[in-house]
Amino acid sequence: MSDTPNDLRYAATHEWAALDADVATVGISDFAQDALGDVVFVELPEPGQLVRAGEEAAVVESVKAAADVYAPLTGTVVAVNEALEEAPELVNEAPYGDGWFFRIRIDNEVELDDLLDAAAYRERCEAEGDD
Amino acid sequence: MPFVPHTQEDVRAMLAHIGADSVEDLFDEIDPRLRQADFSTLSEGESEMAMLAEFTARARRDETGPCFLGAGCYDHHIPAAVWDIAGRGEYLTAYTPYQAEASQGTLQLIYEYQSMMAALTGMEVSNASVYDGGSALAEAVLMAVRTRRRRRQPGADDDVVSVVVPGACHPLYLAAARSIVHNQGIRLVETGCGFDGAASFDRLDRAASGYGSFAAMVVQQPNFFGVIEPVDELVAWADDHGASTIAVVNPVALGLLKPPGEWNGGGVDIVCGDGQPLGVPMASGGPSFGFLCARQRHVRQMPGRIVGRTVDSAGKPGFTLTLQAREQHIRRGKATSNICTNQGLLVTAATIHMALLGPHGLRSVASACHERTRDLVAALTSIDGVERTFAAPFFHECALDMGRHAEDVSRALAAAGVVGGLPLERYAPGFDNHLLVCATEKRTAADIALFRDALARILDSGANSA
Repeated sequence: MSDTPNDLRYAATHEWAALDADVATVGISDFAQDALGDVVFVELPEPGQLVRAGEEAAVVESVKAAADVYAPLTGTVVAVNEALEEAPELVNEAPYGDGWFFRIRIDNEVELDDLLDAAAYRERCEAEGDD
Repeated sequence: MPFVPHTQEDVRAMLAHIGADSVEDLFDEIDPRLRQADFSTLSEGESEMAMLAEFTARARRDETGPCFLGAGCYDHHIPAAVWDIAGRGEYLTAYTPYQAEASQGTLQLIYEYQSMMAALTGMEVSNASVYDGGSALAEAVLMAVRTRRRRRQPGADDDVVSVVVPGACHPLYLAAARSIVHNQGIRLVETGCGFDGAASFDRLDRAASGYGSFAAMVVQQPNFFGVIEPVDELVAWADDHGASTIAVVNPVALGLLKPPGEWNGGGVDIVCGDGQPLGVPMASGGPSFGFLCARQRHVRQMPGRIVGRTVDSAGKPGFTLTLQAREQHIRRGKATSNICTNQGLLVTAATIHMALLGPHGLRSVASACHERTRDLVAALTSIDGVERTFAAPFFHECALDMGRHAEDVSRALAAAGVVGGLPLERYAPGFDNHLLVCATEKRTAADIALFRDALARILDSGANSA
């Protein structure tokens, strides 16, 4: 059973977002890292780059697949987790901690309402797991 | 299982099912001018003996005297062992294997090829090859642009990216590259060469102020006219202007010239070119293979297949296709390229060819080519009215002003048993009187004398009749 912290918001595409004032930290969920397997490479956006909710912002590559990471919210990238360049395995080890991807200063807090809460995301993952 | 073609009955049934009257109807949306296949001159069928006689007679028409034609395809000596080994059943495939890791021999050969190409170009990584010099340039341009806009900026979809081509890059490579990149928001900007045949910095500066910025610069060394470009200065210019750098090189020339990995000290980003000079016969112009090498930091933007060396679960070395997440069977529409296979057989020949020559052998070939071409140019320019088109130094190819229509001269030379080079007019408008000549290590002093005498006779008779 994968870990789904209650204090985070989730996108159906398996990203999580944690909001602190107007800056959201973004990563991929425990469910996503487990489905991908050992992560070997992460391509991050450039600080200063504009990202739009639902658009690709990063790429995560594991030993068996490559997947796009979508920005869950619209805004400007203010920081990226450079530690992932040397240690992509952090995504597997601590998806909600040291394995975060990037931070965005969000444009519109209302978009948060489009994201799932932990219970709804958990339900989705269970449905996907059953497929 | 035998191959059984469709019977007339099958064809009728299928046409009836889809509601078409004839097979011809299926193609009616294609412009008829593009469908002028006329098979009426072909016979219904011939015996093996008759067919052999016909083909032998036709093949004889391709037999010529000494070849001084280059322009991208070169008449080098190929040691007999090269194709003897490459033709073995174990190697005889055009593809990277489908069950890749079960074919350790093929993977090891490709790995050796990649290592040799990386060493030759002074780069860190190479892929397993692409189709030819033109497709290699197209892929290099796409790759250079990808390394710069890894993430698309929202709202930037319509932006056209400009890639500058100073000097004379092979026109066929440019045509192929343009066909592939022009629908992907990339514009190739040719600035043209100066009066000495090398890239002109004046023209480059003017283009830069006109276009604002360039994503990348393409430098061919030696260039299409055979001229040695000031590559260090060109790369310095690109670095100053924030452009990535793509080198198009002749692999044999690298036996003598500075590898692109060292141009201007820091080297270029991507190196590409045509591998034909490495053990592939001219064969009336093809097939060939393209090579693509790059900096390690760009490896995830490389197209095509890459073989890596690894260890198995018992710790023994082995070879595997690596970094496949770039490729279309995993990345689908977001793959770096739709190139997935390569020119495996030609790469096999090139690898054996390079292994047999070694670095010293390759240098000897390059030196011999340069010396023979110097001899050739000296011999031909000793004829009244024949002059070098450009003053800039050359490697093994040189443009010469015949003082007369070069197409006519070329035809007369052919009649005299000499393949006398490329009339430049075909690719460079305005160069009506200019012939691009090349001498490889295979051209003897006697060949050069034959060319000289034939040309002197032709020009002399032309002068008399004029």
